[in-house]
Amino acid sequence: MMFSFARWGNELYSGEKSYDIVGRRRLWFLIATVGVVLSFLILLLKGMNLGIEFRGGTEFTVSNAATTSSLPATEVLSDAGVSDIRTAVVGGSSLRIQTEALDAERVEALRGELATAYGVDAGEITSTFVGPAWGADVTTKALQGLLIFLVLVTIVMSIYFRSWRMSVAAVVALLHDLAITVGAYALIGFEVTPASVIGFLTILGYSLYDTVVVFDKVRENAAGVTEQHDHTYAEAANLAVNQTLVRSINTSVVGVLPVAAILFVGAFLLGAGTLKDIALALFVGMLVSTISSIFLATPLEVVLRQREESIREHTADIHARRAAGGPVIELTTDRKGRTVRTAAVPVSASSGDVPDPDEVEAADAEAVARSVGRTNVVAGGHKGTAAQPKRKKRSKR
Amino acid sequence: MLGLGVLLLVLAGTLLGGIQFSDAEPTPKLALDLEGGTQLILTPRTTDGSSIGDEDINQAISIIRQRVDASGVAEAEITRQGQQNIVVGLPGQPDQATLDLVRQSAQMRFRPVLIQGEPGAITPDIARAIQQQQAGEEVTPIDPDAPAPTRQEVEEAAFLVADSNGDGTLSTEPAATPAHNSDMSWISEQLEYEYWALDCTDPANLAGGDTYDPAKPAVACSTEGTAKYVLGPTELEGTDLDGATSGPKLTPTGAVTNQFIVNLDFDSDGAAKFLDVTTRIAQLGTPQNQFAIVLDGLVVSAPSVNAPIPGGQAFIEGPNFTRDNTATLANQLSFGSLPLNFVVQSEEQISATLGIEQLERGILAGLIGLGLVVVYMLFQYHALGFVALASLTVAALLSYLTIAVLSWTTGYRLSLAGVAGLIVAIGVTADSFIVYFERIRDEVREGRRLKDAVDYGWVRARRTILASDAVNFLAAVVLYFLAVGGVRGFAFTLGLTTIMDLVVVFLFTHPVMQLLIKTEFFGQGKRFSGLDPEQLGASSATYRGRGRFGPPRGVEEVRVPHGKSTTPAAAHAAATPAAADASSPAEAGTEPGEVAGEGGDAVARKKKAKEERTPVPAAEGAFAGMSIAERRAAQRELEKAEAEVARMEGDA
Repeated sequence: MMFSFARWGNELYSGEKSYDIVGRRRLWFLIATVGVVLSFLILLLKGMNLGIEFRGGTEFTVSNAATTSSLPATEVLSDAGVSDIRTAVVGGSSLRIQTEALDAERVEALRGELATAYGVDAGEITSTFVGPAWGADVTTKALQGLLIFLVLVTIVMSIYFRSWRMSVAAVVALLHDLAITVGAYALIGFEVTPASVIGFLTILGYSLYDTVVVFDKVRENAAGVTEQHDHTYAEAANLAVNQTLVRSINTSVVGVLPVAAILFVGAFLLGAGTLKDIALALFVGMLVSTISSIFLATPLEVVLRQREESIREHTADIHARRAAGGPVIELTTDRKGRTVRTAAVPVSASSGDVPDPDEVEAADAEAVARSVGRTNVVAGGHKGTAAQPKRKKRSKR
Repeated sequence: MLGLGVLLLVLAGTLLGGIQFSDAEPTPKLALDLEGGTQLILTPRTTDGSSIGDEDINQAISIIRQRVDASGVAEAEITRQGQQNIVVGLPGQPDQATLDLVRQSAQMRFRPVLIQGEPGAITPDIARAIQQQQAGEEVTPIDPDAPAPTRQEVEEAAFLVADSNGDGTLSTEPAATPAHNSDMSWISEQLEYEYWALDCTDPANLAGGDTYDPAKPAVACSTEGTAKYVLGPTELEGTDLDGATSGPKLTPTGAVTNQFIVNLDFDSDGAAKFLDVTTRIAQLGTPQNQFAIVLDGLVVSAPSVNAPIPGGQAFIEGPNFTRDNTATLANQLSFGSLPLNFVVQSEEQISATLGIEQLERGILAGLIGLGLVVVYMLFQYHALGFVALASLTVAALLSYLTIAVLSWTTGYRLSLAGVAGLIVAIGVTADSFIVYFERIRDEVREGRRLKDAVDYGWVRARRTILASDAVNFLAAVVLYFLAVGGVRGFAFTLGLTTIMDLVVVFLFTHPVMQLLIKTEFFGQGKRFSGLDPEQLGASSATYRGRGRFGPPRGVEEVRVPHGKSTTPAAAHAAATPAAADASSPAEAGTEPGEVAGEGGDAVARKKKAKEERTPVPAAEGAFAGMSIAERRAAQRELEKAEAEVARMEGDA
């Protein structure tokens, strides 16, 4: 049978199939660290290819030209290997051409070529230096915004999750995403324009957005984790990651598809420009965000959480129980040779609800159904009346 | 659904009305990069021939940027050209007022402070309190939660307080001839009215531009809009200042401290005037012992004086002074010391730098992206994909109308970066549906009836969607208020689409799901509905008694799903351990969306704790339909086999 997403999702949800993501955290942390270090090395060694908006550039003005079409200019300049060409018609009869910063010699040569291309006297072409539109004050303000955002979002998430550890893990994952995205951008060597900076800033929201969805499930699964003896916090978190895996994949595919469309149209149909820059930043950033919310944020949260006294004691207790009474959750191999978790118990949050008698009865029946034929009993887990079969009321169905 | 309909109608109505009776257009206005606009080339010139440095040009650019941003013109581009020129690109055809604002020269003046107060405008409550105080009556306390007054109420309140003689008109002349520039009798009724009515918390009032006669008193806001002032006539012009520097404060012995100060250096003429001013105001009480440094109509600093300062050398110190903000202040002062005018070199129409073709390609990219998303959603969620498509269409319609209306009312302009932001929003919006659909599926997997699954899935998905959208929205708001230029326009788009996402999920997607689940196709989870319980592995065979198990409860009727309980899917379906999520039985008792109290919590937890101790058999589904004894036997068999496998692996 063909690989079925829905079925895979079912197996992940039930815990029948489980990827040990939290358990292999050392590996993920290593990969993430290497990624960030590489990014910084690329930034240090290769540097960012800053655009005219940041560095300034050269501006030619062609006056009284026969045509104000930008084609001759782009041809001449592209042939000369000049990048970052922006043209505009000013006042009806003159053409403004902005390029990357050029030295005096090249400017002179290009003036001649442009004059020939437009059929005007070389004197009709003036050149000057243009300053950065995106000045230092814009950058300073954007950085200020970034810092204030980080502080505010840490506070908001701490309140929402009622745990500062979760917001620290989310923010670390965010910084990691940002570093990798900027590094990848520098590596590919696209020019940094305001559009790409906007792309980087979008990653701020997106990375956290993704992490919040995963953490919401972690919180739900781990609620009351210390009140049972089946699984540790790490296992509950791992189950959460597995359960949201299908969502994470769907989300990133759906998020990346439009971005990939822009990247494709921008890079292949237009050649250069705003669309391509923003799309590349987003493309890398979205992929990294999704991956980090699974492999970095959650394991990191587990590491931080295990420093908490209650969680540490609980984990130790579970390990002790397992050593004494045999494993309750066992990883075995099924007939097809896949690793299968035979008795994983997904825990879900239940805060403040009143049980409905009908549902309780149904749940009891389920509990019976589950306990039937099971010889491996958890220490201290006397099932009481839950062990008794109950008749289901016909009328209620 | 109804709410959404009303919202769409209101937006469309506003837009149509605007087109009919005003100057609104059916399409949003575009920014400089897509539409072109007007380009001004300005050269700062000094009237006395003194030279203009690099820092001065940067200061001039930042003053122009502040004016343009505060005037509500979106997506303006301000660059420096050559050594001296400043190029200002304004999108579309800016009106005369905007052009004048940009061209105006920036003056610095030193004025004595007469009154300093809170930045906000007066409210009717405050007006009442002031009148009671003046009449010697007991002052009724001001309700801090009172709704914000309208502009008209503010003006009426200001008029009431300012019109001290009660003749119904505001006199523009001082009541008595003022003795000196710090004399409170400078404050005429008109000036008092202006002071009370001025709202420095409104960014539009921070645009700058000095419109007051230097020989007359004035009202002004501080640069950040944190205070407002009534100021006396000008004491010194900016040109009386030679220059300003910033640096660490030195002790009398010349040792460096870690406090930063701004040093002022007046020319000989200025030094004499400054001595006069400081001699007079040093004897006055707060706030009249302060002099305000007004740059381009905004108070950049208002230091107080405690002794006469001779010699033309002064410094300003403050508790919040750092290396950075003293440097900024020194730059502003140096800039203000120049007798600077902006000479307009040229004012021309400029075509779009990117052009409409880029916009068309961008829209093409958006359509391709939308198509891909829809195909993927159909592949993943079958018929539910159509719900997603309809929701996306509604979101697109809503965003378009909102942008068109905002572009008419607030001057919002769409740049190519904004278009890219809108395309990206397709994915973020679709994610809300994914979270919702996956939640519904989870509930179905837990063995809920489909109708209930929609309700409970919604309660949980709602929380996640709200939390994650809140993070996105926070990012948008912070970027909007702290960034300038292009980033600002983008942040606006991001915030807008986040709100649209919430509106669509709450007012469209969820109600539509509630309606659809009543149909036979979705309600019974037919094939390709995207909610097929069998395919989703709806768990937990129902227990029928006497050791017999019924089919999953996901379907409405008790029936064997498609009569194929032995298919891999069905076997797998039942194999789900369904560790009865404790909240499932619990939530069933409450109305969807209602949060039960603490009492229920304890019960639910107890219940859960009980269930969690219950171990789950590996492949219970394989035993559906067997009696307990048969199941036990089969289970033992299976475990034996598993143990064997494990041992063999261990040996290997």
